[in-house]
Amino acid sequence: MRVALFATCVNDAVLPRAAIATVRLLERLGVAVDFPEQQSCCGQPQYNTGYRRMTEALVRRMARVFEGYDYLVAPSGSCVAMVRENYPRVGAKARAEGRGEELAVAAASLAPRVLELTEFLVDVLGATDVGAYFPHSVTYHPSCHGLRVLGLGARPLALLRAVRGLELVELPGAEECCGFGGTFAVKNPDVSAAMGADKVAAARSTGAEVLCGADNSCLLHLDGMMRREKVPLRAVHLAEILASTEAEPWSVA
Amino acid sequence: MSGRTYLGMPAFPQAARAATKDARLRANLRRATHTIRDKRARAVGELDDWALLREAGRRIKDHTLRHLDTYLIQLEERVTAAGGTVHWAADAAEANRIVAELVRATGESEVVKVKSMATQEIGLNEALAAEGITAYETDLAELIVQLGDDLPSHILVPAIHRNREEIRAIFAAKMAEWGRPAPEGLTDRPADLAEAARLHLREKFLRAKVAVSGANFMIAETGTLVVVESEGNGRMCLTLPETLISVVGIEKILPTWQDLEVFLQLLPRSSTAERMNPYTTMWTGTTPGDGPRDFHLVLLDNGRTDTLADEVGRQVLRCIRCSACLNVCPVYERAGGHAYGSPYPGPIGAVLTPQLRGTTSEVDASLPFASSLCGACYEVCPVAIDIPEVLVHLREQVAAQPGHGAERAAMRGATWLFDHPAALAAAERAASATRALHPRTLPFGPAKAWTDSRDLPQLPAEPFRTWWKQHRTTRQEPTP
Repeated sequence: MRVALFATCVNDAVLPRAAIATVRLLERLGVAVDFPEQQSCCGQPQYNTGYRRMTEALVRRMARVFEGYDYLVAPSGSCVAMVRENYPRVGAKARAEGRGEELAVAAASLAPRVLELTEFLVDVLGATDVGAYFPHSVTYHPSCHGLRVLGLGARPLALLRAVRGLELVELPGAEECCGFGGTFAVKNPDVSAAMGADKVAAARSTGAEVLCGADNSCLLHLDGMMRREKVPLRAVHLAEILASTEAEPWSVA
Repeated sequence: MSGRTYLGMPAFPQAARAATKDARLRANLRRATHTIRDKRARAVGELDDWALLREAGRRIKDHTLRHLDTYLIQLEERVTAAGGTVHWAADAAEANRIVAELVRATGESEVVKVKSMATQEIGLNEALAAEGITAYETDLAELIVQLGDDLPSHILVPAIHRNREEIRAIFAAKMAEWGRPAPEGLTDRPADLAEAARLHLREKFLRAKVAVSGANFMIAETGTLVVVESEGNGRMCLTLPETLISVVGIEKILPTWQDLEVFLQLLPRSSTAERMNPYTTMWTGTTPGDGPRDFHLVLLDNGRTDTLADEVGRQVLRCIRCSACLNVCPVYERAGGHAYGSPYPGPIGAVLTPQLRGTTSEVDASLPFASSLCGACYEVCPVAIDIPEVLVHLREQVAAQPGHGAERAAMRGATWLFDHPAALAAAERAASATRALHPRTLPFGPAKAWTDSRDLPQLPAEPFRTWWKQHRTTRQEPTP
């Protein structure tokens, strides 16, 4: 089984801990994970802002870079949703515009192989207990694309429940959007912030120490709000929690 | 008496900013949307064949839209054969002119109205007022909006932005201007408010000679129109007056009577969270001695044919105006309905209005971006309109318009960087190396919009790809 890490641009440049944690976690589970260095971004920001044609170069790049791998595993639901849901649309529109099959073929090749981390763990490896240890109280925000586009369902919570030492606290209104939404956060900053403030308040009401998510772009937005308001909660990616063990526990630094 | 219109509305972000700061509006909307959202979830959860019903609804609508030309002609034949008269209106102005002429021909100067989105869309009340004809809204919430010289903010509950104390004040202050005054000492108990509306409206129902309605469905095979409602005020308008004029969008057709079976399940549960709506009124042309003796159907295009021509956007014409998408939308909940600048607020408005009106005005061009693409709307839509897909499709149209030069250049720059990983890696390393110098807030542009409410993240000491190079070896590196 040849498995590649699709780190995603946000994790690569801004929050590498989630990508490092994914590598450590997968290796601990016996998966020889590779990182093709020519990878970059899935093109979601361009696509969702209305610049579909600009994403085409990145669709081609993704297809080239990840050729030959059985799975591309990404610690980001929205980037996986971009490849699985929107790449076929990019391909279909290019075909309808008379620009050939190349993009549709690229999309059809990538879409079935790209998996969000919890999908890979639960569906491919058949693991819910990944041997993790994380002695903190945690509440989980299921980001929209993981929840509604990918249908991750119970996978993330099943993984969290199996973590030793972890106290899972239910997040009220968990299914509601945090307000990030990519360029929505800057095009509609007031509504985005109002949604974020409500999500932070809900997380805070749980009394948990950690707000966990599987999408770092949402956590970036929420963490930015929590730091600004000096809220005593930390945003931590699910991969970091699952990578944490007694021998190598998660730490702030 | 009424004058507020949607003309000259600001772009969505500006209108929404004011709404997010309005604590009372936020509280009214939050309470109302969460209540109905939860009720809908329970009503839908009762049916184990909901997914099949939804798929049936989607297919019936898609089939009808594909053969709309055929079904429209069939409908016209059946309505005419049943004693009705069919009029075709290409746009709002033509529809308004037809209705005004029909009312004038009766010699009347007032009409009672059944709650109708199509007549809100074309601004019928204002057009009739300009002709000296007064239109009285009889739906309770539309009455509140009309008396308050206000605009509707929700498809099903147009006065959702008002709480009962505000409604009491509007009734007490304004009913006298429009007819029977509110009772002395009116309280804000819902039963008292309903009774005040009942008394006020009753005299209008008994006096009116002309009614104007829309319709939820039109059955092509029989020529039957259908209105579903909760209050019974619609039925009063549909049965008491001598003349009935119905203004209906051309997409409201269902081919057969049996198709109703699907939609009379989908609509009430999605809309009011009821198993069945209290009043379903159906009429086929005219019947001597029973109901209106003159029936006119005004079939409204007003941008629908253009919408039908768009392969992605046409799915929006499946909409049955249930408003489930509004009630689950986190953006609608915080921005309120007025920010959408049309009678169609919320997610469905954000995909319908720019298609019906185009994207030339500031507010219309901003609507496709009034969403975080969270997908809650698509999940609850009873006819499976993929609203996020249409939003992104419309964003592409707007982004191609003038005025997006800076954004386009930034996107192009980012794309270039992402397509040149060596340059990307160098840029990431440079950004990390200078991270101590990065400010936490920024003074202008998108960065200001971010940092107004959020800290910028501190960049890592090194990007992931640097860590990988130091600690691991890439085994397979296909040609770039």
